[in-house]
Amino acid sequence: MEIGSTLGKENYPVWRSQDIGETWQRLTAGLPQHANLVVLREALATDTLENAGIYAGTSTGQLFYSQDAGDNWQLLADYFPPILSVETAIVDKITFHFLGGAMDQASFLSALAKLYPPGRLLTKSAQLAPFESDALTAYQVRPMAVVIPETQEEVIDTVRLCHTHEIPFVARGSGTSLSGASLPVAGGIVIALNRLNRILRLDPQQRLAVVECGVINLDVSRAAAAYGLYFAPDPSSQLICTIGGNLAFNSGGAHCLKYGMTSNHVLGIKVVLPEGEVIDLGGESLESVGPDLVGLYVGSEGLFGIVLEVTLRLLPKPEIFCTVLAAYRNLEAAGKAVSMVVASGILPGAIEIMDNLAIQAAEAAVHAGYPLDAAGLLIVELDGEAAVVEREFTALMEVIEESESYEIRVAKDEADRQRIWKGRKSAFSAVGRLSPDYLVQDGVVPRSRLGEALVEIQKLSATYGIRVANVFHAGDGNLHPLILFDGREAGAYEKAEELAGEILRMCVEFGGSITGEHGIGIEKKNYLPVMFNEADIETMRSIRIQIDPKEISNQGKMFL
Amino acid sequence: MKPTSIEELQSLICSHPCLLPHGSKSKTALIASEGITQLDLSGFSGMIQYKPSEYTFSALAGTQLDEIEHILNENGQFLPFDPPLIKHGATLGGTVASGLSGSGRYRFGGLRDFILGVKYMDGNGRLVQAGGKVVKNAAGFDIPKVMVGSLGGFGAMLELSFKVFPSPVAYSTLITNYSSLQSALDILLTLTVTPLDLFCLDLEPEDRDRVKLMVRIGGLPSAFTERIQRLKSILGDGEIIVGKEEKEVWHEIREFSWLPGNGALVKVPITPKRMGNIDAFLSEWNTKRRYSVGANLVWIAWQGPIEILHQYLIESGLSGLVVIGSPGHPRIGVRIGESFTRRIKQALDPLGRWIDV
Repeated sequence: MEIGSTLGKENYPVWRSQDIGETWQRLTAGLPQHANLVVLREALATDTLENAGIYAGTSTGQLFYSQDAGDNWQLLADYFPPILSVETAIVDKITFHFLGGAMDQASFLSALAKLYPPGRLLTKSAQLAPFESDALTAYQVRPMAVVIPETQEEVIDTVRLCHTHEIPFVARGSGTSLSGASLPVAGGIVIALNRLNRILRLDPQQRLAVVECGVINLDVSRAAAAYGLYFAPDPSSQLICTIGGNLAFNSGGAHCLKYGMTSNHVLGIKVVLPEGEVIDLGGESLESVGPDLVGLYVGSEGLFGIVLEVTLRLLPKPEIFCTVLAAYRNLEAAGKAVSMVVASGILPGAIEIMDNLAIQAAEAAVHAGYPLDAAGLLIVELDGEAAVVEREFTALMEVIEESESYEIRVAKDEADRQRIWKGRKSAFSAVGRLSPDYLVQDGVVPRSRLGEALVEIQKLSATYGIRVANVFHAGDGNLHPLILFDGREAGAYEKAEELAGEILRMCVEFGGSITGEHGIGIEKKNYLPVMFNEADIETMRSIRIQIDPKEISNQGKMFL
Repeated sequence: MKPTSIEELQSLICSHPCLLPHGSKSKTALIASEGITQLDLSGFSGMIQYKPSEYTFSALAGTQLDEIEHILNENGQFLPFDPPLIKHGATLGGTVASGLSGSGRYRFGGLRDFILGVKYMDGNGRLVQAGGKVVKNAAGFDIPKVMVGSLGGFGAMLELSFKVFPSPVAYSTLITNYSSLQSALDILLTLTVTPLDLFCLDLEPEDRDRVKLMVRIGGLPSAFTERIQRLKSILGDGEIIVGKEEKEVWHEIREFSWLPGNGALVKVPITPKRMGNIDAFLSEWNTKRRYSVGANLVWIAWQGPIEILHQYLIESGLSGLVVIGSPGHPRIGVRIGESFTRRIKQALDPLGRWIDV
């Protein structure tokens, strides 16, 4: 049997385990010139492989061990990322174990080790585990390594190194993506950016903040609060999610109808492109000339490199808020109320709807004071200058009273308002109480078809026998069906995913979108062709190739 | 050449080496100079889809904004980015390609913040669609945004989708005067951090010791007295205009009626704190100018040689776009992100069929 045939990858050197003599010689011959085999038994005896036999490693970091078959081979591959795969073959009743590793990974890792001290270059199994997935936990991939840069220069050097060695990299902030945005790539690295968390400049008079990519969303508003300003985009995860991630996936939130998404609040960016070039796009002005390059970059899902620094537009904090809760006996009535509010000419800061399952979960989790018996709960919030909001409030109340609401409550103070929002923003995690696992979709339908969409989702839920909780940004027609399942049951995840897919198809059929704010990521790759045709996708791909010819930046996301 | 069908457009694109799409040519400086085939897209006109309750519409790119505004207005809605040159025949596609927004963009954002989707024909004669038709969408790259300001360099836009808002019931404008630019700027900077809802915030230097600050508010008129009072407590006393007269004033501004008969109109994005420097230069050249969008933009009525303004912008690290004037080289001053633009150009127009932006 030809050694390596089972691995079938030309570029990968292959080593086998049995018999030390000749095989090891061949193994050495296949290594980079400066690599020497050394015995590493002592070094590893205290670690996860304590029962293993003889280990060998190279000065460039390659590692093998010869004796002892079975699980330990897998452990070895896990333990030492340059080994990409382990395969077992039985030839003449003798079991052979083959290790496959990318030739260049060893030299890549040793170069990486020159950039980072050991504490910020993670390669051990236990260290890598927390980075295997983001908030889309159904997908897990162990990266070769994780680096934790503290400066922009380190990020730039890392990207350049990745480019030279053709190693895929995934930028990661707090890992809150619901579409698998920061899922690692096998054989690639994760660049964890949380330590690039400096607010570099805050210019209240020009209403802007220059921040590093790892700054937490809410921290921008916290810093700006001293000047009566805030950063408008407020994804539910804003307590932990980072600006870099917000930017890469053009995050939304509850206030998009009036204030837009992240893209509408980014003035300028400094980025490192996948080939290592560092460029500035945009600037500090609200206006620009020439193609809106910042606009294209925002929402590119990490496929255009890494944002290092962002100039954000800040807004004056609304002087007052008026938050109204209205309860409905059925979801359609709540949907109708949304249309009535919109038709009235009032422009609320937010219009949200939650269904009974979501209300129950949120109420149990944070005691927001939601009416537990409501089939649909509408949250409408007005914000702005006091004199303006006061008058709009009168008009809004007329509309709500005219709707079929059976209970109306107005937030009596800021604490009450915060409670209402806390309930809404923790709805996803609260639903976790109802079910061991869930999938969240964020498809969009034209607002006037919200009612129809909800009926359709209910039907699908019944057909599949899967519970679906609904929370949505009703003002935007942005659905958030939470599809509940138990991952321990065989086939449950696949079934839930199938249901999710049907909802996405429905959104496209209704003239909407497969994603309003979570992005395509890894999760919705199959559905991009449902929304766009071949020429559309080819055009997007050609942009990607021009910016990242080696396709190493967040490889495997967005496109099939 | 004025194609009227997709097929005709396709064959024209595939048979000409260098093209520039245009609408009604309201922005004279953006029309191609010699050696470029002009593609008149005004034949692709009309509203395609508009449901007021969706806050969105889709229209063919050659549709005049005057027509669109009229339809929106009948339904109590408007384009919050306040597009200019409407009465000069500005089309939807031309406004996107030139990336122009008016004074009103101060309140809710510019054209880039309201564009949702685009369908265009690329240099291969293929129809490409990007973005969406609903108010919120994050699927795929945001190609509609990169069309904003692309000056026709990436393809022939055919169909565009936009988000709209309910229009304010009424407007009111407070005009105050200051003896120096600095004192007007100080007031402006004070205003920008207040939580007051302002639609427009424009500054107009009239002569060396007179600078006019114009603040526009909109909404329910029942609150106007109270709101104006509050504004006056910051700005000092001034003239209040309302109704038809008020609308007319802002109309003249966005139609650039204040432009002298000859010379060019140049758009230069700035920041409030850079206003002092550029104003010193412009007043030296005795140039009529208007600071708009809370001093994030200066409209310059440039009458000298354009090369001088170009040089000044280069030295100051500013970019400019000649909107009205002689055609040929509308982009002046520094160019930001050139290497990135080249990559996008290569991706969207590998055959180099469209004019080089």
